[in-house]
Amino acid sequence: MEPIISFRGITKTYGHGESEVRALDGIEMDILPGEFVGIMGASGSGKSTAMNIIGCLDQATHGSYRFSGVEVGDLSEEQRALLRRQYIGFIFQGFNLLGRTSAVENVELPLLYRRVKKKVRRARALAALELVGVGNRAHHHANELSGGQQQRVAIARALVTDPPLILADEPTGNLDSARSREIMRLLVDLNRERKISIVMVTHEADIAAYCHRVVAFRDGKIHEEPTP
Amino acid sequence: MILQTLLMALREIQRNALRSFLTMLGVIIGVGSVIAMVTIGNGATAKVRSDVAALGQNMLMVMPGAMRRGGPPTSATPFTEEDIHAIRREVHGIEAIAGTASDSAVAILGADQWSTSITGADNDYLYVRNYQLRWGREFAPGEITAGTPVCILGNTVAKKLFPDAQDYAKRIRVGRVSCQVIGVLMAKGAAAMGPDQDDLIVMPLRAVQHRMVGNTYVGMAFVKVAATARVAAVKEQIEALLRERRRLPRDAESDFSVHDLQEVAQAMSSVTAALTGLLGGIAAVSLLVGGIGIMNIMLVSVTERTREIGTRLAIGALAHEVLLQFLVEATVLSTLGGVFGILLGLGLSVLGTRLLQVPFIFGLGITVAAFVFSAAVGILFGYLPARRAARMNPIEALRHE
Repeated sequence: MEPIISFRGITKTYGHGESEVRALDGIEMDILPGEFVGIMGASGSGKSTAMNIIGCLDQATHGSYRFSGVEVGDLSEEQRALLRRQYIGFIFQGFNLLGRTSAVENVELPLLYRRVKKKVRRARALAALELVGVGNRAHHHANELSGGQQQRVAIARALVTDPPLILADEPTGNLDSARSREIMRLLVDLNRERKISIVMVTHEADIAAYCHRVVAFRDGKIHEEPTP
Repeated sequence: MILQTLLMALREIQRNALRSFLTMLGVIIGVGSVIAMVTIGNGATAKVRSDVAALGQNMLMVMPGAMRRGGPPTSATPFTEEDIHAIRREVHGIEAIAGTASDSAVAILGADQWSTSITGADNDYLYVRNYQLRWGREFAPGEITAGTPVCILGNTVAKKLFPDAQDYAKRIRVGRVSCQVIGVLMAKGAAAMGPDQDDLIVMPLRAVQHRMVGNTYVGMAFVKVAATARVAAVKEQIEALLRERRRLPRDAESDFSVHDLQEVAQAMSSVTAALTGLLGGIAAVSLLVGGIGIMNIMLVSVTERTREIGTRLAIGALAHEVLLQFLVEATVLSTLGGVFGILLGLGLSVLGTRLLQVPFIFGLGITVAAFVFSAAVGILFGYLPARRAARMNPIEALRHE
């Protein structure tokens, strides 16, 4: 099976000469379709940089990143934005919903950029909200929802386009442990039932335990890759 | 996509209703004052034109002395009654001509007195100048030939000397002359520019010549031309005739002048038009300032919404889509401001024209221009903030607190 994400010698450096910082140092990594992978590491370990490169928000200095066999390094900025639009859903620690906007409008946003027609858009957004369990909150403003509800809306926004890959950056970082467990169960279900690959950054071991496997970063290198 | 961006922009504006209104205020005031200035100015121009027309239709004024720009008229031989008769006899296309002599004097009746101007003329003068009697009669032929001291009062003079509008048939003193009142003129009203046209006393020409100024000169002559199309031809004929009568050499400058009131009207209305342009231009500057206000708020808005921009970029918005979003928002703001500004401007115009008693003339051109200009302001000043938003690095934008 062709990996959805394939890193070959991925290196990322910032600055030049004396002050050069090597955020990533020759990373080799494959993530297969349908996998649920956790990325762990202390701050400064390079896990955020790796996430940004996977999400096509940033580019490697050296090495090859293939997304479903496509060499991302060869794509223009606009092509990378289109790749994000078509194939990747994002979930953030801070939810990043538009505040004074209803939940369903937030979920419609990625469909809007895909030029989906209004009726279809509304139906798909409502279905996605239903799926993550906040269908009854569709017309509330995002800032009127609790943290757990907001993250569910954000998950609905990430999966409304049916992407093969969801990137989650500390999705439970702002939630209490009960809410965290609910969100993790939701992600596990989505991964299992809809065969969506999920790559999740976390620094909590009990959250990482929901993943199929964990990639641990330290000083820009993969430290170990234990298989649970 | 444009339609959706438009709806998105409208919603964003509605969400920050107060701030949006304050942002628009600059454009509202700018557009409003441009429209008000221009509309009121155009009304004033129209008023000047109609006032000059009220002085007399198809009227020529013949006066001694060449008109020189900026300076006083050159002193020159005045006309005589003979000149006036010659013009009446020899120039074709004249409906009426009235030679006048003028002086100023204090008119006294009992305890009331009033300093005014005295015009010596005949009944044609009243006709040419569009004066109508509201009381009494015109001069009798005998009074004109004999120069009998009878007088017709302008409305202003009548009000000053007869404050209770009692019986006008009295003798008054005009300077050192005792004079019988035979008529009172209807009010013409003050012109937009120039003196009160009702502040005068009309007496027979010879009465003024013999009893007041003590000579037989005719100062200014008013000519009513039969048809508008013949005004220029009549003017030329009068000039030729007078040059001949005054024996001016071929290359000499005329020592008299013939004015077409229409030309005077044009000169005066070009002055008010220039003023209108000037005021409108000053008002347009405030529109520019309004545009800068929009830019300021849009820059604040872009900074405030950095995380939102980052999110949009992450979930697949293209840079040019973000650019469009902010550009449309700025344009919608300024265009809405333009619409409100037009309403404000028209309101102010109605008020202003009523206050100044000039006609309200709706200017479609300036309204459309102000609207288009306000939209252009939005695009122009919205571009910089929009470009800043579009060029954001999504990673840093997402990290922004």
